[in-house]
Amino acid sequence: MVKLVVDSIEIEVAPGTSVLQACELAGKEIPRFCYHDKLSVAGNCRMCLVELEKSPKPIASCAFPVGEGMIVRTDTPMVRQARRGVMEFLLINHPLDCPICDQGGECDLQDQSFAYGMDHSRYSENKRAVTDKYLGPLVKTIMTRCIQCTRCIRFATEIAGVSELGATGRGESMEIGTYVERALTSELSGNLIDICPVGALTSAPYAFVARSWELAKTDSIDVLEALGTPIRIDTRGPEVLRILPRADDDLNEEWMADKGRFSFDGLKRRRLDRPWVRRDGKLVAATWQDAFGAIAARLRGVDGARIGAVAGDLCDAESMVALKDLLAALGSQNLDCRQDGARLDASRRDFYVFNAGVAGIEEADALLIIGSNPRHESPVLNARIRKRYLAGRFPIGVVGPGAALTYPASFLGDAPSVLTSLHDGSHDFATMLQEAAKPMILLGQGAVARADGAAVLAAAWRLADAVGALKPDWHGFNMLHTAAARVGALDLGFVPGSDGLDLDRMMGGGVDVLWLLGADEFDTGRIGADTFVVYQGHHGDRGAARADVILPGAAYTEKDGTYVNTEGRVQRAWRATFAPGEAREDWRIVRAFSDVIGQTLPYDDIGAVRARLEHVNPVFARVGLKRFGAGDRGGPQGDPAALSADPFVAAIGDYYQTNPISRASLTMAECSRTYAAPRALAAE
Amino acid sequence: MADQEFPAEPARFVFDTQSEAEIAKVLARYPQGKQASAVLPLLWLVQRQMARQTGSAWLPRGAMDVVAHRLEMPPIRVYEVATFYLMFNTKPVGRYHLQLCTTTPCWLRGSDDLVAACKKVAGIRAFGETSADGLFTMTEVECLGACVNAPILQINDDYYEDMDGELTVALLERLQRGEAPPAPGSMIGRQTSAPVGGATTLLDAAPRTAQPVTE
Ligand code: SF4
Ligand code: FES
Ligand code: FES
Repeated sequence: MVKLVVDSIEIEVAPGTSVLQACELAGKEIPRFCYHDKLSVAGNCRMCLVELEKSPKPIASCAFPVGEGMIVRTDTPMVRQARRGVMEFLLINHPLDCPICDQGGECDLQDQSFAYGMDHSRYSENKRAVTDKYLGPLVKTIMTRCIQCTRCIRFATEIAGVSELGATGRGESMEIGTYVERALTSELSGNLIDICPVGALTSAPYAFVARSWELAKTDSIDVLEALGTPIRIDTRGPEVLRILPRADDDLNEEWMADKGRFSFDGLKRRRLDRPWVRRDGKLVAATWQDAFGAIAARLRGVDGARIGAVAGDLCDAESMVALKDLLAALGSQNLDCRQDGARLDASRRDFYVFNAGVAGIEEADALLIIGSNPRHESPVLNARIRKRYLAGRFPIGVVGPGAALTYPASFLGDAPSVLTSLHDGSHDFATMLQEAAKPMILLGQGAVARADGAAVLAAAWRLADAVGALKPDWHGFNMLHTAAARVGALDLGFVPGSDGLDLDRMMGGGVDVLWLLGADEFDTGRIGADTFVVYQGHHGDRGAARADVILPGAAYTEKDGTYVNTEGRVQRAWRATFAPGEAREDWRIVRAFSDVIGQTLPYDDIGAVRARLEHVNPVFARVGLKRFGAGDRGGPQGDPAALSADPFVAAIGDYYQTNPISRASLTMAECSRTYAAPRALAAE
Repeated sequence: MADQEFPAEPARFVFDTQSEAEIAKVLARYPQGKQASAVLPLLWLVQRQMARQTGSAWLPRGAMDVVAHRLEMPPIRVYEVATFYLMFNTKPVGRYHLQLCTTTPCWLRGSDDLVAACKKVAGIRAFGETSADGLFTMTEVECLGACVNAPILQINDDYYEDMDGELTVALLERLQRGEAPPAPGSMIGRQTSAPVGGATTLLDAAPRTAQPVTE
């Protein structure tokens, strides 16, 4: 430990800490533009100057390591004067267009110039102007505002793993951009908006929409993928205007994926805002009473075994437990949440969660990815893998579709048989796993959503066990989900009961009445022609198109809800806006319907539903994540020898179009177009 | 530096055998895995080859991509280097690249006359322009480090020193006639950077060698 004094406060810090970090530990705020604690140190803005005793000049604290006995002063006339000088230089070429700048109100440059700026400019020459750059449909650029801190370049290169941004030219003609006018090929590009300390990189969909102080802020969870990134929903009146990540070092650090950030315009389009009932083959608008009446009438006399329910990918745990209870009351055990047909084994929790946790990736020392493209299935988790890769000595093997990841990985083949050769040690990569102290197996839905999924699951578990990934202090078996609702659904048992039907067997007339709770991700054409379909959800998507009765529900921004992410972390989201029109919170809809058929569910408020959840599975009692090692090494059902020869295929086709909200979003549609057919170069 | 206007590119850039031989030599200088260090020499080789093949020493963007690929580095890192150094031309230049130093010493010694002469003979109006016949491109450069023989006109790789307006006109006209450029160096017969007209000091010092110095 190194001892130093900051403004007469004595502190002890680890060697290698920078003076800036030490000052922060001492409770001193140091202004900065280029320094960002998740990025490498550039030391080029000079805003973080502090005075160091015995040093003739002020030092850039972000790039200066601490030394024993240093005496640092962060607030002397010399420091203030130095920072004022830096600020004056930064503003020489800055347009000072705050009134028309979207960063206004949340701009580091604005805030700092409040503290260190001059009230007038001594620079009467012409300011430089820089042409704006094209970075894709999400990030808007006004490059004249850029102060060349290079945070964006470092983010793209280090975190996103796409070395496409750079600084070309030099001196006054230095410009930040891609040089070739091509959209950034990153699913994390929205984070550039957050890290740019000025208004050079701003959100394109949010351009000129609102000022930060006009917005109401609500904490929520991103449910468009299974990582459960904590988010903040910014609203004005009834409208969601933007979504930003909240920081959680254990989960997303500070990052967020583009789909979750930019899909919200889909919340205003194709919404189901009133009940509909199909009459003579056509959907007609109805009242809640009519809709409930139609369902109740159809249910009359139907045997419980002929009723089924499917839960979708965006559902909150409350609505799923209510629907499960309703079906139980009707005498049905035909439940399924695995729309993609994933052969998940719900009998034990560690068979279906990401046991090591996202933070655990950093502890791992070898990784095998099976049937997954983490870059598309969870860009933020993928960034963690890249972070671990950058730390060095991290062999990564991929069994499955060879996709462009953001780190080098050895492609071991796309056939399930590779798992067998890894297990018997005949494959070279097996030694990598065996020699690792904490090997990690990452199993994607592409590996289990197939006919031999149970065999793949068992084979992966057997491999994990064989290479020593299942230890009391390390659980190296990790399932990466694509659906936010999936783990919660498995936790509360939204799977067929002992003699219940699964999704496959409910198709083709397997049931007479099918209740779809936001289920849009399977081929609704497989539903039997005579099956009566109730669709409860928020978007007029595939499920609603097939429905006989539509019950308008609430999207994730419009209800309080509990979600369980792929790690098994229980998370809470709060309501940011009201659902449109007559749409209602989903668990209330189910509860109200239960009343109509005289099977009233025993809960009247969300607290009681949550108590019920807790009763069904105690994991719901505790928000957060507790990591466990592998207690029981016994594997999931399935015969590891029954692997087929079919190659693994990707679980996600188009990253930007994976659920009803993103499919309704114009921004996401634009992204799809851009990235499916890369924009032609301007010169070609 | 505008990203938008890329000049017409050659359809394809491939290193020729002469360049390949040089590249092999250059790459051997760096340890395995550090090949990206060779980016400057490789870009320089591209520019040489372009001059050989097309008469214009410049870096097409496609060629920078070829360098990036060869050195296994992201293209943007090559663009950054290429646009940083003035010795790399990211736009085509004429067969003779007139690089005029206008920094203070050259300016005091009459670089304005050189600029005027270049404009007149080449028929161009400003720095950065190329003459209609594609022979000359005029670029303004900072101190070339040869101030003692100011003013300096650099044509491609060679320095023409002690220039003035008339000498410049004569030189460019000669190039226009298709004659080979003269030998570089002082244009008024000065020996290296010795005083004009010969030695002015130490005239009476005895020669240190037994042999008398012969002119
Ligand atoms: S665009 Fe923003 S983040 Fe990038 S260098 Fe400029 S100011 Fe920094
Ligand atoms: S924050 Fe230290 S130099 Fe920019
Ligand atoms: S000023 Fe022209 S060479 Fe130095």
